[in-house]
Amino acid sequence: MKALLKIITVRIGFALPTLLIVATLTFFGMALQPGDPAQALLGRDAAPESLAALRLELHLNEPIQVRYFTWLNDTLHGRLGTSFANKRDVVELIASRIGNTLFLAAFAAVLSIPFSLIIGVLTAHFRNSIFDRIVNIVSLSFVSFPEYFIGYIFIVIFAIKLRIFPSLAQIDPDSGFLSRVYQTFLPALTLSLAMSSHIMRLTRASVLNVVSSPFVEMAKLKGLSPLRVVVTHVLPNSLGPIINVVVLNLAYLVVGVVVVEVVFVYPGLGQLFVDAAAQRDFPVVQSITLLFAATYIGLNLIADVLAIATNPKLLHAR
Amino acid sequence: MFAVLNALRRSPVIVWISIAVLALYIFAALFAPLVAPFGETQIVGRAYEPWSTHFLLGTDNLGRDMFSRLIYGARNTIAITFIITILSSLLGSGAGVIAALFGGWVDQFLGRTVDVAMSVPALILALLLVSFLGNSVPILVLIVTFIEATRIFRVARSAAAAVVVTDYMEDANLRGESLSWKIFREILPNIMPPLMADFGLRFCFVVLLISSLSFLGLGIQPPTADWGSMVRDNATLISFGDTTPLLPAAAIGTLVIAINLIVDRIIDLSSGSPS
Repeated sequence: MKALLKIITVRIGFALPTLLIVATLTFFGMALQPGDPAQALLGRDAAPESLAALRLELHLNEPIQVRYFTWLNDTLHGRLGTSFANKRDVVELIASRIGNTLFLAAFAAVLSIPFSLIIGVLTAHFRNSIFDRIVNIVSLSFVSFPEYFIGYIFIVIFAIKLRIFPSLAQIDPDSGFLSRVYQTFLPALTLSLAMSSHIMRLTRASVLNVVSSPFVEMAKLKGLSPLRVVVTHVLPNSLGPIINVVVLNLAYLVVGVVVVEVVFVYPGLGQLFVDAAAQRDFPVVQSITLLFAATYIGLNLIADVLAIATNPKLLHAR
Repeated sequence: MFAVLNALRRSPVIVWISIAVLALYIFAALFAPLVAPFGETQIVGRAYEPWSTHFLLGTDNLGRDMFSRLIYGARNTIAITFIITILSSLLGSGAGVIAALFGGWVDQFLGRTVDVAMSVPALILALLLVSFLGNSVPILVLIVTFIEATRIFRVARSAAAAVVVTDYMEDANLRGESLSWKIFREILPNIMPPLMADFGLRFCFVVLLISSLSFLGLGIQPPTADWGSMVRDNATLISFGDTTPLLPAAAIGTLVIAINLIVDRIIDLSSGSPS
């Protein structure tokens, strides 16, 4: 336990500086841009006095290292600045959208995780059967086609031909839970498919790894039923890598939401990020990058720790 | 190598289909001006004309021939992806070999740099860098090359690190061989198999990344025909139930599947498993 705590501390000790470096690089990437942020905020025909006042307020007249520490301090206190594009507070912009993105990601996770674990175990159990091969080809297709292809195909089939689901995920803050589920079903399904393929393939691999071990052979020779062998001998021993894969795929969702939100015109962070990047709205780009990076680093950290916690051998690596 | 090629001849039919698909795309890419009935940016009719004998796949949002743009798209998308894959493989494996060979602070420095680059998902990092640096094709190539090189670095470094500690490497050190001898005669030949497999899969990652960027409007810019941006430009048509704009995306998918199946087969064969 003590050793585990030590490893967790060391990993956090690596993760935090990494995040700080990412933040620092985004700051300098933004600070070195040609153009004047005050001008960007006030528009082209702003009065020189108000420009000067804003430059003072944004500390633009100070040397870059001073601005860096002011910015870092502000960011750590949750003051993320003002959007160039629509002059709204970045925190407010993100707050209005983060709930939608989390809902979509959670929905996709709920759809894909149980399903892909079951299929993964089944393909391992019936390995090299027709079923296994079909699943293999189908899952390879889902990771090979771009997410927007799959999203649009669903729109054509379910929204335009069959008219079961809406083609655009229009939700507003007052939408009830069921209407949200209905509206976001297609985007969530699109996201979950690419994710399922990864989880399925890795579950299959880790189950196969355990199935070939002597204690499973022993359990079979004892005459246990196949179900019993899987549930009491195989699954507990392949759980570590599987949990690891599931958490890493939650990290994949960070990227997946971007494209899927654009396809379904879903009002989430991904859409906001793409719009901001296209308009060179740096305060928004920077804040969302940090948010995505923090989520990604955090989930990778959790995956690492869980892998170590479920496999004591890794505790004494090296 | 010959043994592998020879064994490849006895591959399952699906591998043959993959090779045919890949060959078709490469042919279209190489001979686009000869194969395409119309020019890349030539406006030949009204917008969104349906499929006909004249315009095989109809026309796009500006009245350009869809089929011709699909062919030119193969050329642009595959060429840019290929250049990026080559450059990032050279850069990534070069840095990986150097890190493994020199160790110490060089290894630490390169390793930590890569850690930072990998702590941001590839698409997010690409969008961030594009918003900072712009998205002309050379800049785009540099950005994606850098991102993918950080991913290849890991593969190359761990493969090279295994070679650095071998007896024959020790022998080369004792003989006082030059640095280039060690890199080109000892390390590179021995880490080629994983790097070659990675090259194929890397090509797939790059084509998906570039096309996602283009689809999001931040990759290859119009009027250049590109498989990702063609979907974006004609997305309106999809809301009328017409799947023509999805053909470029389908082309990407089939290309990626084909390469995956071929690489899988080559890995199977070269790892000596019975065919």
